[in-house]
Amino acid sequence: MSNLSESHPPSFWTRIWESNIGYSFRSNPVAVASLMIFIVIVLMAVFAPLIAPFDPYDPAQIDIMNSEYPPVWIDGSDPKFLFGTDDQGRDLWSTILYGTRLSLLIGLCAVALQAFLGITIGLLAGYIGGRLDSLLMRLADIQLSFSTLMVAIIFLAVTQAMFGSETFNQYAIYFLIVVIGVAEWPQYARTVRATVLAEKKKEYVDGARVLGFGPMRIMVRHILPNSLSPIFVISTVQVANAIISEASLSFLGLGMPPSQPSLGSLISSGFDYIFSGSWWITAIPGVVLVILVLVINLLGDWMRDVLNPRLHKG
Amino acid sequence: MFAYLVKRVFQAAAVMFVISLIGFAIQDNLGDPLRELLGQSVSEEVRQELREELGLNDSFVTQYARFLGKALQGDLGTSYFFKEPALDVILKKLPATLELVLGATLIIVGLSVPLGVYTAIRPNTILSRIVMGISIVGISIPVFLTAILMIFLFSVELRWLPSYGRGDVVHVFGNWETNFASLDGWAHILLPSLALASIMLPLFIRLIRAEMMEVLQSEYVKYARAKGLWPWRIYFVHALKNTLLPVITVGGVQIGTMVAYTILTETVFQWPGMGFMFLEAVNRVDTPLIVAYLIVVGFIFVVTNTIVDLIYGLVNPTVNLARMGA
Repeated sequence: MSNLSESHPPSFWTRIWESNIGYSFRSNPVAVASLMIFIVIVLMAVFAPLIAPFDPYDPAQIDIMNSEYPPVWIDGSDPKFLFGTDDQGRDLWSTILYGTRLSLLIGLCAVALQAFLGITIGLLAGYIGGRLDSLLMRLADIQLSFSTLMVAIIFLAVTQAMFGSETFNQYAIYFLIVVIGVAEWPQYARTVRATVLAEKKKEYVDGARVLGFGPMRIMVRHILPNSLSPIFVISTVQVANAIISEASLSFLGLGMPPSQPSLGSLISSGFDYIFSGSWWITAIPGVVLVILVLVINLLGDWMRDVLNPRLHKG
Repeated sequence: MFAYLVKRVFQAAAVMFVISLIGFAIQDNLGDPLRELLGQSVSEEVRQELREELGLNDSFVTQYARFLGKALQGDLGTSYFFKEPALDVILKKLPATLELVLGATLIIVGLSVPLGVYTAIRPNTILSRIVMGISIVGISIPVFLTAILMIFLFSVELRWLPSYGRGDVVHVFGNWETNFASLDGWAHILLPSLALASIMLPLFIRLIRAEMMEVLQSEYVKYARAKGLWPWRIYFVHALKNTLLPVITVGGVQIGTMVAYTILTETVFQWPGMGFMFLEAVNRVDTPLIVAYLIVVGFIFVVTNTIVDLIYGLVNPTVNLARMGA
């Protein structure tokens, strides 16, 4: 017994570190840097209320007299405001922290919804097959043939016109998550279906069936874990795309309202002031947005090369 | 092939039917046509009379049938704001949007083919690395941000190019006024089309590169090399031809997608196209115009996708028509 406890098995993290994936990660400086930046951004977003010197949602802390101060490294600035202030007199740094939080939250929730819908549909279509399969895949084709952005713009525009902007603004975050989440399910459904079709023929699935497990258990406990690597690869790209979609929709005024801005709505409110020289209201949130999306894309690229070099075609 | 064609056209018709249903549901629930026609200060009796006259008391099916009948004749209602048939309003704005898409397409085709081929045949040169690096940054920048950046750089700081509008347009025929006939028109369309191209360009460079690299591994290319053919002939005549099939199909679908992105570029550049018009219509709750836009854009998507599918079926002899539902 004592022998066993001495050579105790490596922990989960050690195993990952020493695996092929871990090695490929360590030897890829771009991936390491991307992950570190991503973690920093996520931490800043999560702890925004603790880091931010001001609360951009609290009208008592906003003074319109403070509006359009430039960042501290430019003449005429106020040292209280690191990145300057926006058109309403909010501290830009605090607003960016809260905005990043919203953008990330919407992006991640939307992708979680996509993944849930897509994986469920993909598993069913692949495992059950037949008419259900061809019906679902035809639907996926049709859904894919319409651009997500177009569907989202029209849906949100009509919703906004129908409920009036006040009610819309209140629930904007849910509308955004639902519309981005629903419009992109075919991405997951197609991939999952393809892997299910390949896995279904393998012996372990026959084995499970012979043991008398139900289709539900086989799909979720046996096939799904073996289809995870393509799901991871799509997820990174999808999170990046969802964040861009959210920003685009908010920029058009169909997303988060200026009173509760995401990065997109901040950029949008700054755009009106770009001609008068207040470039920082647009530029700084813009840079944060691009860095966030870029590191996710870089991580996605790395992951695609490692996990499934043949997945990304067309 | 014929069965496939029929099936594909049937599917397109079914999708258009669903779109018209959605359009009608929007029209039915959004805004109040009576208020738009009569204003607020009219007695309840007159309202009821008009209501009856307009057929607003009929059943959903009857009303939908009427809507569909009119739509098939090209009557999508009258815009509340412009007081003109909604379809006419959109068709007037359509050329501006199409020219923008055309400008962007020219840029994409002109740049993505040489860059994609170059990065595929010389993957390790510095230039290739720069192109691939820029392309992943390009994918990560939203269209509207590229557009704003370009305005800031070229219009506000350098004052080289105008930041909004179409400038001098030259009348061609009917509703069509073109940007491509005057220098001022060219100056106005350059930034918006660059912005619109910026989102698709990296995608196509990466796609062409991936396809090209795969083709270059194939036996026939090795054979052509062994035969001693001039390398550029192998790349551009033999290999490129076989990479273009997937590129064309993806491209066809992306043209539809670009219509969506025109809304963003048109908003930033205040380009008087149909995307800009649509957002204005939304702000004014101009229901007939919103519905007409939905149907026109839906039609563009369905037609491009159907044509792309058919071309794919025709061009690619290996495509299994039976599997695709024929």
